[in-house]
Amino acid sequence: MKLKDLFNETTAALLGNKVRSGLTVLGIVIGIASVIAMISIGNGASSSIQANIQSLGSNLLIVTPAAARVIGSGPSAGRGSAQSLTVADATAIASQVANVVGVASEVSTREQVVAGANNTNTTIDGTDPSYTSVRNLTIANGSFFTDAEASSLAQVAVLGPTTASDLFGTADPVGQTITIQGVAFTVIGVAAAKGGTGFNNVDDRIYIPLRDAQVFMTGNQYVNDINIEAASAGAMQQVQNDATALLLQRHNISNPANADFSIINQADILSTASSITGTLTILLASVAGISLLVGGIGIMNMMLTTVTERTREIGLRKAIGAKKKDIHMQFLMESILLTFVGGVIGIVLGCAIALIISAIGVMHAAISVFSIVLAFGVCALIGIIFGYYPARRAANLNPIEALRYE
Amino acid sequence: MIECNNIIKTYRNGDNETRALRGVSFKITDGEFVAIMGPSGSGKSTLMHILGCLDTPTSGTYILDGRDVSTMSDDQLADIRSQKIGFVFQSFNLLSRATVMRNVMLPLMYSSLVSEEERAGRASQALLSAGLAKDRWQHFSNQLSGGQIQRVAIARALVNDPALIMADEPTGNLDTKTGEIVMGTFQRLNEEEHRTIVLITHEPDIAAHANRIIHIRDGVIVEDAHNHHKKVIDQSKIHL
Repeated sequence: MKLKDLFNETTAALLGNKVRSGLTVLGIVIGIASVIAMISIGNGASSSIQANIQSLGSNLLIVTPAAARVIGSGPSAGRGSAQSLTVADATAIASQVANVVGVASEVSTREQVVAGANNTNTTIDGTDPSYTSVRNLTIANGSFFTDAEASSLAQVAVLGPTTASDLFGTADPVGQTITIQGVAFTVIGVAAAKGGTGFNNVDDRIYIPLRDAQVFMTGNQYVNDINIEAASAGAMQQVQNDATALLLQRHNISNPANADFSIINQADILSTASSITGTLTILLASVAGISLLVGGIGIMNMMLTTVTERTREIGLRKAIGAKKKDIHMQFLMESILLTFVGGVIGIVLGCAIALIISAIGVMHAAISVFSIVLAFGVCALIGIIFGYYPARRAANLNPIEALRYE
Repeated sequence: MIECNNIIKTYRNGDNETRALRGVSFKITDGEFVAIMGPSGSGKSTLMHILGCLDTPTSGTYILDGRDVSTMSDDQLADIRSQKIGFVFQSFNLLSRATVMRNVMLPLMYSSLVSEEERAGRASQALLSAGLAKDRWQHFSNQLSGGQIQRVAIARALVNDPALIMADEPTGNLDTKTGEIVMGTFQRLNEEEHRTIVLITHEPDIAAHANRIIHIRDGVIVEDAHNHHKKVIDQSKIHL
């Protein structure tokens, strides 16, 4: 039997029952499309989370206070609640630890902010001028405060883009005055958007000099965290170890288990995040994979029904000279063609879903060539695996019994 | 040339052994028109399956066109069926979703002897021999009458230029008049084209169209004689 004949017979048989073929193909289309869309969404989520973490700053270590010590068995106020870090600690790290490029301390509070008729409640971030380089903050309009402004207790503020639009709408905030806790600050700059969302939105905050925050808001010498930028990714571990040792010594703590601070390594966050998104992608893909499996079973089901329905036809073909191999190939070809058509439509649909999701901005979806190759391979495999058994059944039919079949 | 020597066929069903054929021997020379007659359960279907190379005998030899086919494998039998045998069935067995032409060309697809270019020509020739009007050739089989359908099936049986045409109750699903026309077609193929035809039937009326009648009962031949009362169909009365 020639390949061309095989193909003609196959298409004639499939087109002979368009509705059934169409519905069976639909099962594969949905399976393949969801695998591709899900893997794309997973990849997109993973890369955007990684980009978000990277945008916090490169080679970043963050020192935070440990939980405040409580007397007896009272309730713990949680990690970061202790007041154990000071500007002096930050200065010591900057001067005594090797491979440190920049250090920026932070004091954060939430305050009501008023600008003319508008007001908002946002995070006030008292920090050092080095913050821009340590945390990758770029200024879209105006400028960040200088060392001179920071040390002279100048009442200047830089707004996050979300805060700027909350307080001033579309008007240019630079040069305007805002009031925080009754203290007037002059807006000298607006930061570029970093693309944060939710409660800890990095775009919704006001940066003021550290001293200003301590004097006007917290009224003490402590800082909430110290950001350290290491010279390179390879130096991060050394900087973390040295900074830990230095702070333990400065705080007179001999047992590291009792440390009143902790240091978070950006690489750790990144690897945690990628393992989370990796798991998420696997989860999504396996849910989609199950639908692909169901589609494959649909093919098998249809092929078994077809073989039963066409028993007499199979008997006739055998009577007029078809060999086992001819019948086997014909029915296998039908299931392969079904999955092939379903696979192609599914890939197109899956990519379209991924592109639409990206385009309407729900989520960033990255289509990977790997997922397309995988989907196609799985598809071909499904056609062969789920078509093999029905085809074998057809090929093994006894021509005499098949011709008698009612 | 067909030669059957002491063909025995037994079926085993658990402990029961059914002997469908208990030693059948006969010869059919080229160009003969033979009817094999017998009531149901006589073994005539089993004989037809063996003569048609759909099955092999338990013992005995069957020589078709000079080749012993009694010990062939399934695939070898398929080749023999493709090259030497044309089947006409009681229930026609046409592909309903295919045109007349495609139905007739179907056996050629499984034959290595006929090239793709020759197929349409072969099919046209077979359709002309079977007597199906040309304007029906592109119709689907469900648009044809019973007599026309059976003539498509006859054309399909002729298309490989077989040594033997096996007709299994070819008029069983047709009314008497149409049945006569189909039998007339077989007679013409036998007389004009010298086709060897083996007709399997249980109806004496239908068997009467053949030149020789073999009676089979309980797995053995009880009578094998020339048909002295051959019913001849007047070819001029057949309207295509």
